[in-house]
Amino acid sequence: MDSSPPEVLATKVRRDAWVLGAAVGAFGVSFGVLATTAGLSVPQACVMSLAVFTGASQFAVVSVLATGGTLASALGSAMLLAARNAAYGVALAPTLAHRRLGRRLLAAQLVIDESTAMSTAQSGRRAREQAFWVTGIAVFVCWNLGTLAGAVAGDAIGDPEAFGLDAAFPAGFVALLVPHLRTRAGRVAAGAGAVIALVLIPLAPAGVPIVAAASAVLPALLFAPSRAREGARA
Amino acid sequence: MSWAALLGLGVAAYALKAAGLLVLGPRASGGTALRLAGLLPAALLPALVVVNTFAGDRRWVLDARAVGLVVALALTWRRAPFVVIVAGAAAATGGVRLLG
Repeated sequence: MDSSPPEVLATKVRRDAWVLGAAVGAFGVSFGVLATTAGLSVPQACVMSLAVFTGASQFAVVSVLATGGTLASALGSAMLLAARNAAYGVALAPTLAHRRLGRRLLAAQLVIDESTAMSTAQSGRRAREQAFWVTGIAVFVCWNLGTLAGAVAGDAIGDPEAFGLDAAFPAGFVALLVPHLRTRAGRVAAGAGAVIALVLIPLAPAGVPIVAAASAVLPALLFAPSRAREGARA
Repeated sequence: MSWAALLGLGVAAYALKAAGLLVLGPRASGGTALRLAGLLPAALLPALVVVNTFAGDRRWVLDARAVGLVVALALTWRRAPFVVIVAGAAAATGGVRLLG
Protein backbone atom coordinates (compact mmCIF):
# COMPACT_ATOMS: atom_id res chain seq x y z
CA MET A 1 0.00 0.00 0.00
CA ASP A 2 2.81 2.41 0.89
CA SER A 3 4.56 1.75 -2.42
CA SER A 4 1.66 3.12 -4.51
CA PRO A 5 1.96 6.65 -5.95
CA PRO A 6 0.41 9.41 -3.75
CA GLU A 7 -2.48 10.11 -6.16
CA VAL A 8 -3.50 6.45 -6.18
CA LEU A 9 -3.49 6.41 -2.37
CA ALA A 10 -5.50 9.66 -2.28
CA THR A 11 -8.19 8.16 -4.52
CA LYS A 12 -8.29 5.04 -2.38
CA VAL A 13 -8.66 7.11 0.79
CA ARG A 14 -11.53 9.11 -0.74
CA ARG A 15 -13.35 5.91 -1.74
CA ASP A 16 -12.81 4.30 1.67
CA ALA A 17 -14.01 7.47 3.41
CA TRP A 18 -17.31 7.52 1.53
CA VAL A 19 -17.80 3.77 2.09
CA LEU A 20 -17.41 4.46 5.79
CA GLY A 21 -19.70 7.49 5.42
CA ALA A 22 -22.44 5.37 3.83
CA ALA A 23 -22.35 2.90 6.74
CA VAL A 24 -22.44 5.81 9.20
CA GLY A 25 -25.35 7.34 7.25
CA ALA A 26 -27.39 4.15 7.71
CA PHE A 27 -26.73 4.45 11.43
CA GLY A 28 -27.71 8.11 11.30
CA VAL A 29 -31.09 6.94 10.03
CA SER A 30 -31.48 4.60 12.98
CA PHE A 31 -30.37 7.39 15.33
CA GLY A 32 -33.05 9.68 13.89
CA VAL A 33 -35.69 7.00 14.42
CA LEU A 34 -34.55 6.26 17.97
CA ALA A 35 -34.28 9.96 18.89
CA THR A 36 -37.83 10.75 17.83
CA THR A 37 -39.24 7.66 19.53
CA ALA A 38 -37.35 8.73 22.70
CA GLY A 39 -39.26 12.00 22.68
CA LEU A 40 -37.01 14.40 20.79
CA SER A 41 -38.56 16.58 18.08
CA VAL A 42 -37.27 16.37 14.50
CA PRO A 43 -35.36 19.71 14.84
CA GLN A 44 -33.85 18.53 18.15
CA ALA A 45 -32.62 15.26 16.59
CA CYS A 46 -31.06 17.17 13.69
CA VAL A 47 -29.45 19.84 15.89
CA MET A 48 -28.00 17.12 18.11
CA SER A 49 -26.33 15.44 15.12
CA LEU A 50 -24.97 18.79 13.89
CA ALA A 51 -23.79 20.11 17.26
CA VAL A 52 -22.82 17.01 19.26
CA PHE A 53 -21.63 14.99 16.24
CA THR A 54 -20.22 11.97 17.99
CA GLY A 55 -22.46 9.01 17.28
CA ALA A 56 -21.84 6.81 20.29
CA SER A 57 -22.61 9.67 22.70
CA GLN A 58 -25.81 10.53 20.86
CA PHE A 59 -26.98 6.91 20.92
CA ALA A 60 -26.17 6.80 24.64
CA VAL A 61 -28.31 9.88 25.36
CA VAL A 62 -31.41 8.75 23.50
CA SER A 63 -31.18 5.10 24.60
CA VAL A 64 -30.94 6.11 28.28
CA LEU A 65 -33.86 8.53 27.85
CA ALA A 66 -35.88 5.92 25.91
CA THR A 67 -35.49 3.36 28.70
CA GLY A 68 -36.62 5.86 31.33
CA GLY A 69 -33.21 6.93 32.63
CA THR A 70 -32.63 10.37 34.12
CA LEU A 71 -31.30 13.24 32.03
CA ALA A 72 -28.21 13.36 34.30
CA SER A 73 -27.32 9.72 33.61
CA ALA A 74 -28.01 10.21 29.89
CA LEU A 75 -25.67 13.20 29.72
CA GLY A 76 -23.07 11.55 31.98
CA SER A 77 -22.68 8.47 29.81
CA ALA A 78 -22.58 10.67 26.70
CA MET A 79 -19.72 12.71 28.17
CA LEU A 80 -17.74 9.59 29.11
CA LEU A 81 -18.07 8.36 25.54
CA ALA A 82 -17.12 11.79 24.18
CA ALA A 83 -13.99 11.96 26.37
CA ARG A 84 -12.04 9.83 23.91
CA ASN A 85 -12.38 12.61 21.32
CA ALA A 86 -10.01 14.70 23.48
CA ALA A 87 -7.44 11.90 23.17
CA TYR A 88 -8.04 11.78 19.42
CA GLY A 89 -7.49 15.54 19.27
CA VAL A 90 -4.09 15.10 20.92
CA ALA A 91 -3.17 12.40 18.39
CA LEU A 92 -4.31 14.60 15.46
CA ALA A 93 -2.71 17.85 16.69
CA PRO A 94 0.66 17.40 14.88
CA THR A 95 -1.17 16.73 11.59
CA LEU A 96 -3.13 20.00 11.77
CA ALA A 97 -0.67 22.17 13.75
CA HIS A 98 0.39 24.25 10.70
CA ARG A 99 -3.19 25.39 9.97
CA ARG A 100 -4.63 28.74 11.10
CA LEU A 101 -6.74 28.88 14.26
CA GLY A 102 -10.02 29.28 12.35
CA ARG A 103 -9.35 26.14 10.32
CA ARG A 104 -8.39 24.18 13.44
CA LEU A 105 -11.55 25.32 15.25
CA LEU A 106 -13.51 23.94 12.29
CA ALA A 107 -11.44 20.75 12.28
CA ALA A 108 -12.17 20.17 15.98
CA GLN A 109 -15.82 19.38 15.24
CA LEU A 110 -14.68 16.58 12.88
CA VAL A 111 -12.46 14.86 15.51
CA ILE A 112 -14.23 11.48 15.84
CA ASP A 113 -13.48 7.73 15.67
CA GLU A 114 -13.58 7.43 11.88
CA SER A 115 -11.57 10.53 10.92
CA THR A 116 -8.89 9.73 13.52
CA ALA A 117 -8.63 6.09 12.49
CA MET A 118 -8.41 6.91 8.76
CA SER A 119 -5.92 9.73 9.31
CA THR A 120 -3.54 7.89 11.63
CA ALA A 121 -3.52 4.87 9.29
CA GLN A 122 -1.74 6.98 6.61
CA SER A 123 1.95 7.77 6.53
CA GLY A 124 3.15 11.32 5.95
CA ARG A 125 1.53 14.55 7.15
CA ARG A 126 -0.13 15.44 3.81
CA ALA A 127 -1.78 12.04 3.45
CA ARG A 128 -2.88 12.14 7.08
CA GLU A 129 -4.43 15.58 6.75
CA GLN A 130 -6.21 14.69 3.51
CA ALA A 131 -7.61 11.50 5.10
CA PHE A 132 -8.76 13.49 8.13
CA TRP A 133 -10.72 16.08 6.13
CA VAL A 134 -12.26 13.75 3.56
CA THR A 135 -13.35 11.23 6.21
CA GLY A 136 -14.60 13.91 8.61
CA ILE A 137 -16.63 15.63 5.89
CA ALA A 138 -18.00 12.36 4.44
CA VAL A 139 -19.11 11.16 7.88
CA PHE A 140 -20.53 14.59 8.83
CA VAL A 141 -22.61 14.83 5.64
CA CYS A 142 -23.87 11.23 5.78
CA TRP A 143 -24.57 11.23 9.54
CA ASN A 144 -26.65 14.42 9.35
CA LEU A 145 -28.57 13.45 6.20
CA GLY A 146 -29.24 10.05 7.77
CA THR A 147 -30.48 11.66 11.00
CA LEU A 148 -32.86 13.93 9.09
CA ALA A 149 -34.24 11.03 7.04
CA GLY A 150 -34.66 8.83 10.11
CA ALA A 151 -36.25 11.53 12.24
CA VAL A 152 -38.76 12.43 9.52
CA ALA A 153 -39.58 8.85 8.58
CA GLY A 154 -39.73 7.67 12.19
CA ASP A 155 -40.71 4.10 12.67
CA ALA A 156 -41.48 3.58 8.98
CA ILE A 157 -37.83 2.69 8.35
CA GLY A 158 -36.65 -0.80 9.18
CA ASP A 159 -33.91 -1.68 11.59
CA PRO A 160 -30.44 -1.30 9.97
CA GLU A 161 -29.18 -4.00 12.33
CA ALA A 162 -31.18 -6.51 10.25
CA PHE A 163 -28.66 -5.86 7.47
CA GLY A 164 -25.72 -6.38 9.82
CA LEU A 165 -24.65 -2.74 9.56
CA ASP A 166 -23.66 -2.68 13.23
CA ALA A 167 -20.94 -5.21 12.32
CA ALA A 168 -19.60 -2.78 9.70
CA PHE A 169 -18.08 -0.55 12.41
CA PRO A 170 -15.86 -3.10 14.19
CA ALA A 171 -14.88 -4.51 10.77
CA GLY A 172 -13.74 -1.07 9.65
CA PHE A 173 -11.83 -0.58 12.90
CA VAL A 174 -10.09 -3.96 12.44
CA ALA A 175 -8.91 -2.92 8.97
CA LEU A 176 -7.77 0.48 10.25
CA LEU A 177 -5.84 -1.11 13.13
CA VAL A 178 -3.45 -3.01 10.84
CA PRO A 179 -0.91 -0.19 10.24
CA HIS A 180 -0.63 0.32 14.03
CA LEU A 181 0.49 -3.30 14.51
CA ARG A 182 3.77 -2.86 12.61
CA THR A 183 5.67 -1.87 15.74
CA ARG A 184 6.04 -3.83 18.97
CA ALA A 185 4.72 -0.85 20.97
CA GLY A 186 1.64 -0.76 18.75
CA ARG A 187 1.01 -4.48 19.23
CA VAL A 188 1.37 -4.22 23.02
CA ALA A 189 -0.99 -1.21 23.10
CA ALA A 190 -3.54 -3.03 20.91
CA GLY A 191 -3.47 -6.23 22.96
CA ALA A 192 -3.69 -4.39 26.28
CA GLY A 193 -6.44 -2.10 24.97
CA ALA A 194 -8.56 -5.06 23.87
CA VAL A 195 -8.11 -6.86 27.21
CA ILE A 196 -8.90 -3.74 29.30
CA ALA A 197 -12.10 -3.07 27.32
CA LEU A 198 -13.21 -6.71 27.43
CA VAL A 199 -12.66 -7.04 31.20
CA LEU A 200 -14.49 -3.75 31.93
CA ILE A 201 -17.60 -4.46 29.80
CA PRO A 202 -19.55 -6.12 32.66
CA LEU A 203 -17.92 -4.02 35.41
CA ALA A 204 -18.26 -0.41 34.23
CA PRO A 205 -20.96 1.77 32.63
CA ALA A 206 -21.03 2.19 28.84
CA GLY A 207 -18.21 4.40 27.61
CA VAL A 208 -15.80 3.64 30.45
CA PRO A 209 -14.27 0.50 28.85
CA ILE A 210 -13.24 2.52 25.77
CA VAL A 211 -11.89 5.50 27.72
CA ALA A 212 -10.02 3.21 30.15
CA ALA A 213 -8.40 1.37 27.22
CA ALA A 214 -6.42 4.57 26.54
CA SER A 215 -4.24 3.56 29.53
CA ALA A 216 -2.93 0.68 27.37
CA VAL A 217 -0.38 3.11 25.93
CA LEU A 218 1.53 2.96 29.26
CA PRO A 219 2.51 -0.75 29.14
CA ALA A 220 3.30 -0.19 25.44
CA LEU A 221 5.92 2.41 26.38
CA LEU A 222 7.24 0.33 29.30
CA PHE A 223 7.61 -2.92 27.38
CA ALA A 224 8.69 -1.56 24.04
CA PRO A 225 10.46 1.75 24.77
CA SER A 226 12.90 1.78 21.87
CA ARG A 227 10.22 1.06 19.28
CA ALA A 228 7.68 3.51 20.67
CA ARG A 229 8.85 6.32 18.42
CA GLU A 230 8.00 4.30 15.34
CA GLY A 231 4.61 3.60 16.87
CA ALA A 232 3.94 7.31 17.06
CA ARG A 233 4.57 7.61 13.33
CA ALA A 234 2.98 4.45 11.97
CA MET B 1 -35.19 16.67 26.43
CA SER B 2 -34.87 20.44 26.79
CA TRP B 3 -33.11 22.63 24.24
CA ALA B 4 -30.80 23.90 27.00
CA ALA B 5 -29.60 20.36 27.87
CA LEU B 6 -29.18 19.54 24.19
CA LEU B 7 -27.14 22.63 23.39
CA GLY B 8 -25.14 22.20 26.59
CA LEU B 9 -24.19 18.70 25.47
CA GLY B 10 -23.18 20.09 22.07
CA VAL B 11 -20.92 22.70 23.68
CA ALA B 12 -19.36 20.13 26.05
CA ALA B 13 -18.75 17.61 23.25
CA TYR B 14 -17.10 20.30 21.10
CA ALA B 15 -14.99 21.51 24.06
CA LEU B 16 -13.57 18.01 24.54
CA LYS B 17 -12.59 17.75 20.87
CA ALA B 18 -11.10 21.26 20.78
CA ALA B 19 -9.24 20.77 24.08
CA GLY B 20 -7.33 17.83 22.62
CA LEU B 21 -6.66 19.38 19.23
CA LEU B 22 -5.91 22.98 20.24
CA VAL B 23 -4.79 22.95 23.89
CA LEU B 24 -3.41 19.59 25.03
CA GLY B 25 -2.06 18.41 21.66
CA PRO B 26 0.25 21.34 20.83
CA ARG B 27 1.66 21.33 24.40
CA ALA B 28 2.52 17.65 24.08
CA SER B 29 5.08 18.47 21.39
CA GLY B 30 8.07 16.13 21.41
CA GLY B 31 9.08 13.48 23.89
CA THR B 32 7.06 10.92 25.75
CA ALA B 33 3.71 12.72 25.60
CA LEU B 34 3.70 12.72 21.81
CA ARG B 35 4.75 9.06 21.70
CA LEU B 36 1.88 8.21 24.05
CA ALA B 37 -0.57 10.19 21.90
CA GLY B 38 0.68 8.41 18.78
CA LEU B 39 -0.04 5.06 20.40
CA LEU B 40 -3.60 6.04 21.40
CA PRO B 41 -5.28 4.79 18.21
CA ALA B 42 -3.51 1.42 18.63
CA ALA B 43 -5.02 1.17 22.12
CA LEU B 44 -8.49 2.57 21.37
CA LEU B 45 -9.27 0.83 18.06
CA PRO B 46 -9.24 -2.73 19.53
CA ALA B 47 -11.31 -1.42 22.47
CA LEU B 48 -13.89 -0.07 20.02
CA VAL B 49 -13.87 -3.43 18.19
CA VAL B 50 -14.36 -5.39 21.43
CA VAL B 51 -17.12 -3.11 22.78
CA ASN B 52 -18.97 -2.90 19.45
CA THR B 53 -18.86 -6.70 19.14
CA PHE B 54 -19.15 -8.23 22.61
CA ALA B 55 -20.91 -5.62 24.79
CA GLY B 56 -24.54 -5.85 25.81
CA ASP B 57 -26.21 -3.95 28.63
CA ARG B 58 -23.25 -4.21 31.06
CA ARG B 59 -22.60 -7.84 30.17
CA TRP B 60 -20.75 -9.91 27.59
CA VAL B 61 -22.79 -10.96 24.57
CA LEU B 62 -21.91 -13.52 21.92
CA ASP B 63 -24.21 -12.99 18.94
CA ALA B 64 -24.23 -12.51 15.16
CA ARG B 65 -21.79 -9.60 15.48
CA ALA B 66 -19.05 -12.08 16.47
CA VAL B 67 -19.50 -13.86 13.13
CA GLY B 68 -19.02 -10.54 11.37
CA LEU B 69 -15.82 -9.95 13.37
CA VAL B 70 -14.42 -13.39 12.44
CA VAL B 71 -15.13 -12.64 8.76
CA ALA B 72 -13.51 -9.19 9.10
CA LEU B 73 -10.39 -10.70 10.70
CA ALA B 74 -10.14 -13.37 7.98
CA LEU B 75 -10.56 -10.82 5.17
CA THR B 76 -8.04 -8.47 6.79
CA TRP B 77 -5.61 -11.39 7.13
CA ARG B 78 -6.05 -12.07 3.39
CA ARG B 79 -5.37 -8.36 2.70
CA ALA B 80 -8.80 -7.78 1.19
CA PRO B 81 -9.70 -4.16 0.25
CA PHE B 82 -11.36 -2.03 2.96
CA VAL B 83 -14.74 -2.07 1.18
CA VAL B 84 -14.71 -5.88 1.01
CA ILE B 85 -13.84 -6.20 4.71
CA VAL B 86 -16.66 -3.90 5.82
CA ALA B 87 -19.27 -5.30 3.40
CA GLY B 88 -18.25 -8.89 4.11
CA ALA B 89 -18.64 -8.48 7.87
CA ALA B 90 -22.01 -6.75 7.51
CA ALA B 91 -23.25 -9.44 5.11
CA ALA B 92 -22.11 -12.24 7.44
CA THR B 93 -23.81 -10.70 10.49
CA GLY B 94 -26.96 -9.85 8.52
CA GLY B 95 -27.00 -13.37 7.07
CA VAL B 96 -26.76 -15.01 10.48
CA ARG B 97 -29.61 -12.81 11.79
CA LEU B 98 -31.71 -13.71 8.75
CA LEU B 99 -31.20 -17.44 9.42
CA GLY B 100 -31.64 -17.11 13.18
